[in-house]
Amino acid sequence: MSTTQLLAVENVGKSFNGFVALEGISASFGGNRVTAVIGPNGAGKSTFFNVLSGAIKPSAGRILFEGRDLTAMPQHWFARAGIARSYQITTIFPQLSVHENVRVSGQAFRSRYNIWRNRDLDRALIEKADAVLFAVGLHGKRERIARFLSHGEQRALEIAIALVADPKLLLLDEPTAGMGPEETKDMVALIERLAADRTILLVEHKMKMILGLSNRVLVLHHGRLIADGTPAEIQSDTEVRRVYLGQSHGAA
Amino acid sequence: MTIQPLEGTSSPEQSRMAIDGLIQVASAWRVPLTVLALSVLPWVLPSKALAVNVLIYGTFAVGYNLLFGYTGLLSFGHAAFFGGGAYLTGMSIVHFGFNWLAALSAGIVGALLLSVVMGVLSIRTRGIYFSMVTLALAQLVYYTALQASSWTGGENGLRGFTVSKIDVAGLRIDFLNPLHKYYVVLVFTALALWLVSRVLNSSFGAVIEAIRENEGRARACGYDVERTKLLSFILSGGICGLAGGLSALHLAIVPLDTLHYHTSGLVVMMTLLGGMGSFFGPFVGALAFLVMEDVLSLWTAHWQLFVGAIFILFVLFLPKGIWGTIMGLGVR
Repeated sequence: MSTTQLLAVENVGKSFNGFVALEGISASFGGNRVTAVIGPNGAGKSTFFNVLSGAIKPSAGRILFEGRDLTAMPQHWFARAGIARSYQITTIFPQLSVHENVRVSGQAFRSRYNIWRNRDLDRALIEKADAVLFAVGLHGKRERIARFLSHGEQRALEIAIALVADPKLLLLDEPTAGMGPEETKDMVALIERLAADRTILLVEHKMKMILGLSNRVLVLHHGRLIADGTPAEIQSDTEVRRVYLGQSHGAA
Repeated sequence: MTIQPLEGTSSPEQSRMAIDGLIQVASAWRVPLTVLALSVLPWVLPSKALAVNVLIYGTFAVGYNLLFGYTGLLSFGHAAFFGGGAYLTGMSIVHFGFNWLAALSAGIVGALLLSVVMGVLSIRTRGIYFSMVTLALAQLVYYTALQASSWTGGENGLRGFTVSKIDVAGLRIDFLNPLHKYYVVLVFTALALWLVSRVLNSSFGAVIEAIRENEGRARACGYDVERTKLLSFILSGGICGLAGGLSALHLAIVPLDTLHYHTSGLVVMMTLLGGMGSFFGPFVGALAFLVMEDVLSLWTAHWQLFVGAIFILFVLFLPKGIWGTIMGLGVR
């Protein structure tokens, strides 16, 4: 497997008023692979994603993207560098139409402050948004106002918003959260298609899905990276077993 | 018999499409239609002075709406731009002998500069903190105007700059004639409307709406949210400055109250009454408010009590305002 380095995190840590959410995380990602990030609740997965997308600044360490140090950059630079994300809780533009949701996202790389250019006359952008909506199966609903979509459709729109930017790195935070089995199957198929030509990081709880989708699994526990390997290696890792079993004992 | 039910099922669909089509056409022609509607106003309202006030406060609310209704930022400090524009217009005539147009331009430029300063200081704060910071900064402007009385007239307001005649391309317009005055003001209102419509149709307009809808998502999409908000703040401030300058020319006096936070509250109320985030709403709101004031103040000295009660009822039961609710009937 090629290890073309797209994103490298070096010794990244984050603490909130003394609470250590992440500590000493080092890993690199690339080569159009799907990496799952797992861990018990409160393990720091969401913090990790927020750091990788620039939403929060790490208190220690560096984030390198294509060799550029993005650590101190504002969040919109992360997006412009080629990192797009979806959110665990659906994060869309509720009052805009489905097509506008995607279009306004794609516009960030074309026209940000122009008041002379019409928002809905950029042919290439319109077609791009249509192509992305087609890919996620929302093309039939392009004129619908986003807040009237079903939960599953909103999750798909969420991905479309991230996708229209043609990101090199796609961060998916629990893309199947709250979905039924049928919708989950569609989402898995979509992620498989997307994985063909981009690097994906994925936070998920559904084990079966993780094992089926990912080439690599990172396990976080109390903000530390306790395992990093192929799904098979992770399944047989004693430390991981202890963390997960320990948690299920606690719950029982 | 067999055709009947088919027609029956398709006709609501058709009328729905007809209404949608009508709304689309109306929205493509919103500037000419609004100007047309406004141009008959002095003929239907009881007084011409009221009509001029509707135009001026409507323009003020249009500028405010760009920030509040479309960008999603609740400023409590827009009196600074309206009042700042008014004072600078008046002061340019009183102290520097500018002609009316140069004075109005000075008012706009002054409001723009003021909005740059206030914007830079406030734009990073969010929600209620933004509202409070804008309020505090506007109060600074108010007290500055109160103290600098040799320039501003202090408590008595700025006086002594009556514009009685306006020369436009060799044409002499009697500015004391309320009807002439109305149409002169309407020209500037039309320009402001055109600018706002241009902004809303543009890529920039899409960005500010995205920020209103979901700031965090807009940031993750690659937008510099602070910078976009600041630009919207400045545009809004400039238009409110124009409204203020027009108000100074109209009244031939700038009362100190123009800068008071009452004025900031007034524009919030007008925008909400008419319908925030709708194009024509601000004028409907300004009209509704000023007519209420006119009618109720004849009847009782405590008219504000009734206006307040009506406002509360609106917030509770018609949150989209008068125009927003009417437009909502067509859409959904």
